[in-house]
Amino acid sequence: MAAPFDLKNDGVVVIIGSGAGGGTLGNELAQKGIDVVILEAGARHEYQDFINDEWDSFAQLAWTDKRTTSGDWRVAKDFPNLPAWIVKAVGGSTTHWAGASLRFQEHEFKTLSTYGKLEGANLLDWPMTLAELEPYYAKAEDRLGVTLTNNIPGLPGNNNFKVMKAGADKLGYKECHTGRMAINSEPRDDRNACQQTGFCFQGCKWGAKWSTLYSEIPKGEATGHLEVRPNAMAININHDASGKVTGVVYADKDGRLREQKARIVAVAGNSIESPRLLLNSASSQFPDGLANSSGQVGKNYMRHTTGSVYGIFDKPVHMYRGTTMAGIIRDEARNDPSRGFVGGYELETLSLGLPFMAAFLNPGGWGRSFTTALDHYDHMAGMWIVGEDMPREENRITLHADIKDEHGMPVADVHFDDHSNDTAMRNHAYKQGSALYEAVGATRTLPTPPYPSTHNLGTNRMSEKAADGVVNKHGQAHDIKNLFVSDGSQFTTGGAENPTLTIVSLAIRQAEYIAGQMSAKSI
Amino acid sequence: MVTIYESKPVHETTPGLSRRELLKRGGVGALLVISGSAVISPEHAWGLETSALKPETMATLIQMARDIYPHDQVPDKYYAIAVKAHDEQAGKDPAHKDLIERGVADLDLKSGKDGYTGLGWEEQRVAVLRGIQDTPFFQAVRGGLVVGLYNQKQVWPIFGYEGESYSKGGYMARGFDDIEWL
Repeated sequence: MAAPFDLKNDGVVVIIGSGAGGGTLGNELAQKGIDVVILEAGARHEYQDFINDEWDSFAQLAWTDKRTTSGDWRVAKDFPNLPAWIVKAVGGSTTHWAGASLRFQEHEFKTLSTYGKLEGANLLDWPMTLAELEPYYAKAEDRLGVTLTNNIPGLPGNNNFKVMKAGADKLGYKECHTGRMAINSEPRDDRNACQQTGFCFQGCKWGAKWSTLYSEIPKGEATGHLEVRPNAMAININHDASGKVTGVVYADKDGRLREQKARIVAVAGNSIESPRLLLNSASSQFPDGLANSSGQVGKNYMRHTTGSVYGIFDKPVHMYRGTTMAGIIRDEARNDPSRGFVGGYELETLSLGLPFMAAFLNPGGWGRSFTTALDHYDHMAGMWIVGEDMPREENRITLHADIKDEHGMPVADVHFDDHSNDTAMRNHAYKQGSALYEAVGATRTLPTPPYPSTHNLGTNRMSEKAADGVVNKHGQAHDIKNLFVSDGSQFTTGGAENPTLTIVSLAIRQAEYIAGQMSAKSI
Repeated sequence: MVTIYESKPVHETTPGLSRRELLKRGGVGALLVISGSAVISPEHAWGLETSALKPETMATLIQMARDIYPHDQVPDKYYAIAVKAHDEQAGKDPAHKDLIERGVADLDLKSGKDGYTGLGWEEQRVAVLRGIQDTPFFQAVRGGLVVGLYNQKQVWPIFGYEGESYSKGGYMARGFDDIEWL
């Protein structure tokens, strides 16, 4: 049974957010017998309640609370109040994610050493190596049931993948397969096998895709050591005179402010909300916000260099049938500056339904150039570009000076300007994607601009030195030893890979560290 | 209240009114006619009643919707459904009513003596639209169409999109990998 904990219980670990980081950390700690309260801003929808309809599902799951944007990225113009396409619900964005589960490459932990200093980029090496994270990657892959690991067969290729594979072969790409996916190709861990339904982004109604909602959280609750409190929006983290955090103030479902006392607080609200909360927790002792002596909280916001390429063919494809992210090409993920940029990118199949294709193909576009593309919707194949973007101090989350949410908390402003490296990479990827589809007979290709961000990273970065970042290699704040960051905001740099597997691996590792520190009475 | 209704052929619902008279009364191109507070498609047996906006305004919006997102295989009816929310909103919000009525009046003014719908070619109408594409009026109409047109389940089959699939067991046995031409 799930344990309800008293608000005054100051022995609990309070985790803010129930997604890949928070949900995993909560279960890991509960399995070790540690009492945990997860505060989740959104509601709880079980997977049977998910909706096979893009706009209706968006209304059910998406984080649509107001945010503002600035900077030269096109999202600021097209979706000024929707910088990110992430989730406000129990399970966080693991309800919405596509399931791609890739390890970082070795050099991606050492970007400053590998790429060197780049004008306008705040590169830094991670305070850890791939070798240190590998055992946790292995645990995470087993936990998520990642295909093509642990003798789990790959998913069968759908039509969209078959087009990608045919093009990859024509272009001479060597590493193209149906991906390392946290989607069951056969029943495993009480989860169904994928039924090729599509709608991965709308929450898997079969529960075939791993999500903390129905994987980690129920397991944690079964220990009696985990309580997930939905509709609990964290507003402020309190601390005592010694500088240790003592509790979290949150608005409950009726908007009433409560304080949950805590022995330890772990922030896992995604890379926009996590720094927003730390900044909003400023006090006379910490006037720039919690854990912010470096001034790095909210800075180095990364969103991966993305974009899509759709190809139109003279014969039907029906790309929306089956797994949304149904295959990957990894050949361009290497670091090869001879291409005109540092770092690399993955190409992964993607499809949108007609309603979202209309919204995202060319936001603001109209007329026959736009509509003749949609006329051939069922003849389209699609892929998504996901590459390493450069951290920049100017790209940052700040508290809006005037606009406040319903609880009186300043909304987050998300500022982003592309680095010239990002632009060069995106253009290279557009060219490769178009060439790939043309090689299999596309009559038209559509280089499609980035969608609102799904991979939000870096705003509470890890660093060796306290002056360079917010947390150490365990996600522990340099300034406050019982305050942790447990989501993608702790990434020092973003890598070319979809971030969830790394977030989960870091959470498993962090749980070990927290349990050790608690037994040693260090925190 | 705005309703799209399936009407009987127009000569049956408006006795004594010949097609020729109808066209004379409120011809909108050759396809849509205005009768009372409704926009009617005699050829396709549907009508759209307006309550806040002038029916002529609604007819212009329908033409404008098609010119913004032209899909020759999509009947007018779905464009009418896509813009009818402007009539509902205009009923609740005088500022929105003003935005749309003034926007359409301005569009007509810029289109010459026969107004926007009097321009015979899409190319001519699009040229006028290009001139106003940054106005709040145009953006309100275009923005509303993105969801209003493309989120109609009835239009999805026209584009070959099959929609919900869970209740049918997904595509495992229904062609997720049926591509044959590669």
